[in-house]
Amino acid sequence: MDDLSLGERLRQRGVSRRGFMKFCAATASMMALPPMMIPKIAAALEQAKRPSVIWLSFQECTGCTESLTRSHAPSIEGLIFDHISLDYHHTLQAASGDAAEHAREEAMQANWGEYLLVVDGSIPLGANGNYSAIAGISNLDMLKECAEGAAAIVSVGTCAAYGGLPMANPNPTDAVAVADIIDDKPIVNVPGCPPIPTVITGVLAHFLTFGRLPELDGLGRPKAFFGQSIHDRCYRRPFYERGQFAETFDDEGARKGWCLFKLGCKGPTTYNACATAKWNEGTSWPVEAGHGCIGCSEPRFWDAGSFYQALSVPFRDVGDTILAAGTAGLAVGAAAAVWNRKRKADAREKRDTITIKDLSKES
Amino acid sequence: MDANELLAWARGPGFDIALTIFVAGMLLRLFEVMALGKKPDLSAARGSGAQGGMRTLVARTLPRKSVFDKEPLRIINGYVLHIGFFIVLFLYEPHIALFDRALGISWPGLPSGLIDAIGAITILSLIAALVFRLNNTVMRFLTTKGDWLAWAVTLLPVLTGYMAYNHLLLPYTLMLALHLLSVELLMVVAPFTKLTHMFSFATARWYQGYQAGRRGVES
Ligand code: SF4
Repeated sequence: MDDLSLGERLRQRGVSRRGFMKFCAATASMMALPPMMIPKIAAALEQAKRPSVIWLSFQECTGCTESLTRSHAPSIEGLIFDHISLDYHHTLQAASGDAAEHAREEAMQANWGEYLLVVDGSIPLGANGNYSAIAGISNLDMLKECAEGAAAIVSVGTCAAYGGLPMANPNPTDAVAVADIIDDKPIVNVPGCPPIPTVITGVLAHFLTFGRLPELDGLGRPKAFFGQSIHDRCYRRPFYERGQFAETFDDEGARKGWCLFKLGCKGPTTYNACATAKWNEGTSWPVEAGHGCIGCSEPRFWDAGSFYQALSVPFRDVGDTILAAGTAGLAVGAAAAVWNRKRKADAREKRDTITIKDLSKES
Repeated sequence: MDANELLAWARGPGFDIALTIFVAGMLLRLFEVMALGKKPDLSAARGSGAQGGMRTLVARTLPRKSVFDKEPLRIINGYVLHIGFFIVLFLYEPHIALFDRALGISWPGLPSGLIDAIGAITILSLIAALVFRLNNTVMRFLTTKGDWLAWAVTLLPVLTGYMAYNHLLLPYTLMLALHLLSVELLMVVAPFTKLTHMFSFATARWYQGYQAGRRGVES
């Protein structure tokens, strides 16, 4: 591993000052920072040393890595990835078996206390953590071991951030999120199923530039990307305001690009940057493609009712409830009526008849 | 429990519980009243009961001149409040989606922006109703704890709905969850307060109008 700073590395590659400043501007916008931060970023990146990154994949589908590697080239993401030293990533690395594990241990030792730990996938606690293991080491043990020497942890994807799919009801492996296990390290959550590649790299760029994690919201997500809901930045919002909704996926409204709320769009309760960052080289994003947001970057999105039911409707069919409750109400009402009648009859029977005599003063 | 969990509870078990209490409670109350029965009226009818019933249903929905002249603002406010609440509840598209899901019937709604404005008017009107009540010694004297409660549980859904829509105070997800919970509170409380009038207004007016109509008198 060489010891060049990012500035040196880029110059070595023939990137001009102008190109470098462009790169800094792009980094700033990627991190959603104001333009006045560009010189600061430039100064910091000029000096930035190559950080070691260890990437652990647990109970996951590799979608997060797919998302990241599909970020378009040549890109800022690409440059960042050239710059970081991805010392261990079992999907991407060439080494396998013992050699791979050695690479991880070596990187950890060499950069103890300084490396960035990236995790995708949830961690199973069931069966003593034996539902998922790598090189004979359970996910739980490997996470604890690697977290100890990490400067910070990035939980990439909803599984690592909040448990995700593996944690969905009935959670057979007793899966949990990284933050449920590690509580003594700075952790940033980059949720999404998968997360947007620019958001992953934006967080890495922030760490690279400032040596610390970006500002987070209550769910541990960087505010810069997760500060607003999909609905807030959705281009179909005017249709929502006007009350124009697609009722099916191929009706008039759908063809006219009306709001997808009634088809189950979870945009209003989902905080993510899809509407602005978009996917596939900025080509499109789910709502633009005609499908409602499924809320994949929110905790427990898998257990939040059908993807195709409006946010305002109850999960269950309530016909039975109405029927049962109605019957019960009538039954109790009938019982109450019988009781009332009985009280009335009793009162009538027991009452003393008052005559005019009773009212006279003498008696 | 975070906002997402709260929302899931409100859309799941919370709604089931509230709906059960609402339906059972309302039917119980209405049935109980109706089953009290009345003694057979042996006198010959001097007019049509049904006509009287219909007449009273309409008449009592319109303002009575003698009362209106005394307190026009309070009466107008009463209309604003009820019509506003009605529009917001039944003509907002996300609400219609709920009725569609629960009852299988739907109807066209109004633009969300318009509902927003009507929601604001409804909130102001509810607050005005409270002010009228507090400023009137007799009414304040007649007000029971149940009336205060009825007012509060009516205001909450409109207020939280408005705040959720406009992203005020709390993050949307949490506010939406609170909105649903406040509606569920209303559903649970309604059968046991004067809010039963949402259904009993019709039966009561009909009954009184029927009696009067049969006797050939005005009601
Ligand atoms: S499509 Fe979804 S995110 Fe867009 S305006 Fe409609 S509900 Fe909001």
